[in-house]
Amino acid sequence: MTTLTAPASAPLAYRRSAVRRGVLWALAAAVPLAFLTVFFAYPVAAIVGRGLVADGALDLSGFADVLSRPRTWRIVGTTLAQATVGTVLAVVLGVPGAYVLHRCTFPGRTAVRAFVVVPFVLPTVVVGVAFRSVLAPHGPLGFLDWDGTFAGVVAALVFFNYAVVVRTVGAFWATLDPRAEQAARTLGAPPWRAFVSVTLPALTPAIASAAAIVFLFCSTAFGVVLVLGGTGYGTVETEIWVQTTQFLDLRAAAVLSVLQLLVVGAALAVAGRARTSRERALELRVTQMRLALRGPERRAGDVAAVAVTGLVVVGLLALPLLTVLVRSFRTPSGWGLGNYAALGTTGGPNALSVTVWEAAATSLRVALDATVLAVVVGGLVALVVSRRPRSRPARRAVRLLDGVFMLPLGVSAVTVGFGFLVALDRPFGIDLDLRGSLVLVPIAQAVVAVPLVVRTVLPVLRAIDTRLHEAAAVLGASPGAVLRLVDWPVAARSLGLAVGLAFAVSLGEFGATSFLARPDRPTLPVVIFRLIGRPGAENLGMALAASVLLAALTAAVMLVAERLRAGSAGDLA
Amino acid sequence: MASPLAPGTRRRRPTTATALTTTVAALALTACSAVGDSEPPAAEGATSSGTVVLVTHDSFALSEELVAAFEEDTGLTLEQRAPGDGGALVNQLVLTKDAPLGDVVYGIDNAFASRAIAEGVLEPYESPAAGEDAQRYAVDDEGHLTAVDVGDVCVNVDRTWFAEAGIAEPETLEDLTKPEYEDLLVVTNPATSSPGLAFLMATVAAFGEDGWVDYWTALRDNGVKVASGWSDAYYVDFTGPSSEGGDRPLVLSYASSPPYEVPEGVTDPAEAPTRALLDTCFRQVEYAGVLAGAENPEGARQVVDWLLSPEVQADIPEQMYVYPVDSSVELPESWATFAPQPEEPFTLDPEVITENRDAWIRTWTDTVVG
Amino acid sequence: MTAPGAGLRVEDVVVLYRDDDGTTKAAVDGLTLAVAPGEVVALLGPSGSGKSSLLRAVAGLEPVARGRVTWDGTDLAGVPVHRRGMGLMFQDGQLFPHRDVARNVAFGLQMQRVPRAERARRVAELLDLVGLAGFGDRDVASLSGGERQRVALARSLAPRPRLLLLDEPLSALDRALRERLADDVRAALTATGTTALFVTHDHDEAFAVADRIAVMDAGHLLQVDPPAVLWHRPSSRRVAEFLGYEAFVAAGSPVGRALTGEAGAPAPDALLAVGPGSLHRVPDGVAATVRGAGFRRGVVELVVDVEGVGRVTVVEPSGDPAAALPAVGTQVTVRADPHRVAVVGGYG
Repeated sequence: MTTLTAPASAPLAYRRSAVRRGVLWALAAAVPLAFLTVFFAYPVAAIVGRGLVADGALDLSGFADVLSRPRTWRIVGTTLAQATVGTVLAVVLGVPGAYVLHRCTFPGRTAVRAFVVVPFVLPTVVVGVAFRSVLAPHGPLGFLDWDGTFAGVVAALVFFNYAVVVRTVGAFWATLDPRAEQAARTLGAPPWRAFVSVTLPALTPAIASAAAIVFLFCSTAFGVVLVLGGTGYGTVETEIWVQTTQFLDLRAAAVLSVLQLLVVGAALAVAGRARTSRERALELRVTQMRLALRGPERRAGDVAAVAVTGLVVVGLLALPLLTVLVRSFRTPSGWGLGNYAALGTTGGPNALSVTVWEAAATSLRVALDATVLAVVVGGLVALVVSRRPRSRPARRAVRLLDGVFMLPLGVSAVTVGFGFLVALDRPFGIDLDLRGSLVLVPIAQAVVAVPLVVRTVLPVLRAIDTRLHEAAAVLGASPGAVLRLVDWPVAARSLGLAVGLAFAVSLGEFGATSFLARPDRPTLPVVIFRLIGRPGAENLGMALAASVLLAALTAAVMLVAERLRAGSAGDLA
Repeated sequence: MASPLAPGTRRRRPTTATALTTTVAALALTACSAVGDSEPPAAEGATSSGTVVLVTHDSFALSEELVAAFEEDTGLTLEQRAPGDGGALVNQLVLTKDAPLGDVVYGIDNAFASRAIAEGVLEPYESPAAGEDAQRYAVDDEGHLTAVDVGDVCVNVDRTWFAEAGIAEPETLEDLTKPEYEDLLVVTNPATSSPGLAFLMATVAAFGEDGWVDYWTALRDNGVKVASGWSDAYYVDFTGPSSEGGDRPLVLSYASSPPYEVPEGVTDPAEAPTRALLDTCFRQVEYAGVLAGAENPEGARQVVDWLLSPEVQADIPEQMYVYPVDSSVELPESWATFAPQPEEPFTLDPEVITENRDAWIRTWTDTVVG
Repeated sequence: MTAPGAGLRVEDVVVLYRDDDGTTKAAVDGLTLAVAPGEVVALLGPSGSGKSSLLRAVAGLEPVARGRVTWDGTDLAGVPVHRRGMGLMFQDGQLFPHRDVARNVAFGLQMQRVPRAERARRVAELLDLVGLAGFGDRDVASLSGGERQRVALARSLAPRPRLLLLDEPLSALDRALRERLADDVRAALTATGTTALFVTHDHDEAFAVADRIAVMDAGHLLQVDPPAVLWHRPSSRRVAEFLGYEAFVAAGSPVGRALTGEAGAPAPDALLAVGPGSLHRVPDGVAATVRGAGFRRGVVELVVDVEGVGRVTVVEPSGDPAAALPAVGTQVTVRADPHRVAVVGGYG
């Protein structure tokens, strides 16, 4: 009654297909690796190499020289302190935010969620001015006396990176089974205890992911540090910038870049350890709870989380943004929409070669390309890294791959930008000058967006129980079908968010873009930078109106991403 | 029982191979879309050698009509690249001199001019269009660089503030160290900002190698504030009409800044809310030059000539916010009224600047920042 | 009617288990087992005995280091998991969270490209079989533990697997549910004529579901027999212990003879295994001391120390609700019911 099904030659054929599968996985890892090598590792190595090679020989005397300067250690200390404090604060404030905005439901939630991402993409020069006008002696928060201090810098870093924590942790939290915490409650744990001993450990992979990203952003923050730190406040990043662009001291810059890589590598290793030691398969389900702030179901934790989140959203995020918004309505002839009307022009007596709308269109197009690249490359990385291969070397390789793709966040934009110029005239000896190519702008943005995509998609993919794959395979699903029918629908929920973040980052990217910009086709941040670099209320007003436009575009993109997400979440129900 | 393994049911499904193919296709498509969408169409009749690449700073801008006219007249396509600003631009040219970023550069200023020449980045070219004015600013005798525009970095005063406070406005560099102007001045950091560097050089020119450090010590003791960039100083710290919350009525800016603060309808310079202190100015000169190893040196020379043409010179103030080098060009009306040029701005020999610039910045940092 | 070698054969299979520190040890160590078509075999053993590893090796989820796994005589080596035509049911179901109940059950049919209408019919049939008719459009997150396992069972039966592998499918459930569901699983397997390999550490479950039971320990097979044979003729003391037998006594020894009385043992040198229910109180028998007493589901259980034998549980029907349980320390006399004493060593 049963048929002999497999032909005699089957094992050989299957073995061949297994080999083919191995080759395909290797390719899936190779495509992103090639991308990263050409557009990141190679340029960075080229510029750092120039600093460390003198007369054709490796010259490490720069290390002794730079490392013996007391100033070097001071700026390393400042960098570490700034990044650590910024990260800790962003996490401490962001976790309650993740709870309120992703775990709970309340009217207006989607709008608030989109809003918190806006700071993340605003050009630093605008944020710098907005922040300083709030913190300056006559500003609304002047009494804090934070202008030009460490506290001011940290506040701005938290302002920028709050969304990273809320998004990364929130996306994960939304899929966490609440029953474990409920079990702990029934076992007699008070709510805070249940949270600390059950929920928090389960969130650790996502928190570690977010913290790693935030740490990298904080340690390589540039514009905001320059503006808010005041004179004398130096970080490794600003020092690399000064040494490279002003003094052309590539030797010092190279030594500092190596230092920066060491710091970043150490941070990634710590985060990686925290992630893997806690990582486990989780029951995936989307659970939403109603906030209980009043009545008999009132939960003290909810009240605290809402209070913290409200304070951050209003006090830290909204205040500087409101300053920008309000001032964007102020024209030389009083309050009005004049600055917005000016967006359709190249301005009056000033220096725009395109209208702001045209720049916005350029930005959108470039961001679209960058997003496609980042999602494809980042998606492949997340997919490969989410596998748990049997052999130890393969497992180690997968972990390494994970870390390597985070590096672009931790390397100075000026290093990458100069590296592009030095290395990409004849990449690997191929006669193809990429430096003037317009493709390079979306690529440079994608390099920065890939780590965000990876960090967003990966925790969700990793949380899929291996046995879910096995169940599908036993039911007849080929490895491809398992990817398509199990991993994809689950990961798609986080993909909308990844697309949104990648798009937002590309829209706001200024550092690397500024080295590749073509004056005849400026992006929105470049236009804003140019406008705010000119005197006069008209220019400032237009710059602020353009910033509001950029913020609105970002918020709109995030709202659409939310919708994509909701669409695929419907698939889960 | 129907076996799940019956041969008929065994069908190939899309696997990793398909996914990978899709990926590669997507990458390729993205590349195409970026190029296809954004690359400007080649000018009619222009051959591949008919492109000339202009490397400049990111403030570069000229009217579209002028660019179109240039392309029409010469049959060239003008491609612009702006990899950086000021010092960064020169450093990039130095780093890429074996494989130049383009054919012609515009935007090297006198703070970095000598370095560019010394590093062999430029090819000499004496433009027939360079008049007496341009030659006044020549860096060397061989014509490696041709002056195109000039700008003056000066301390600006919020006149309203001083009028209300009943304090006389300062006039000179020395005035700024006086007690009545304590805590009133904001400048920018010479290590991170080009006007900051210009102002540092103004003090070097004014007080000499021996005196400028003392001057800065006095400024520091008089409460000078140092912002990292111009926008920051001008829009946050300055008390001027377009800033908010500032508490410093003296700011480092440009001689050409005041017209932008004049309210509509005001025509009398005495009523302008701000003015530049013309005795505090340092003259920045921006140069153009043909890059060594240019693929299209002929086109590069045409661009230099074009930049010196009366049409472009006339376009410069409106577009780039500096004065054309050609003094015969008529300035916009508001400039003539509200932005007079200093008659004797401070200057320094580019050679001297190149030799000492880094040391000055380091000494300045040690003196003012500590 | 079935050829020799039909169905599943596991021949001298070794499955290695790799620890995180890189050391390997054999989870399954040279094991041989056959499952005939239509037969339900339970793999019974304590946790860590290698039964799950064997199951996963048969499914193709673990590599076989040595030996062969064949189906109808064809070696399955190199046949990938998804082409083995087997079903696997996990302890915790592993339902697809993004699919509703019906689409979970339909998954395997979808893989076989079964037409939509046919698929819907089969899904309804299976849901009916597991007692979940009408649950098709429910979100799997809304199901109770028992319901989830029923869905998992339906899902693995839907594609008509040639062999169904069940990995402790009921152990996450509460006892009453487990017992009821064990019967339901048995009924479902019989109704569909499915060949099945059922891993469990609970012998009640194994007895309820299986045609034959294979007892595993430390990677080896100790005994494979139908439930009754296994129960009455455990092949070794280890097997008997695992089945719940509490004490062992040589049939020919004085106490052995005293316990079994006239009926006697099949052979004087046989080893008798005594367990719960083997002994009952009689007015004259072997002396024993009560060490504990309790009431369980309609019976009274007395734990007694039998001189020369050891501690054994005596099970008695509970008669009078007013009667008190014997106090600890009470002296009683007991005798064995010859049909409820197992003979260790394969006699009979």
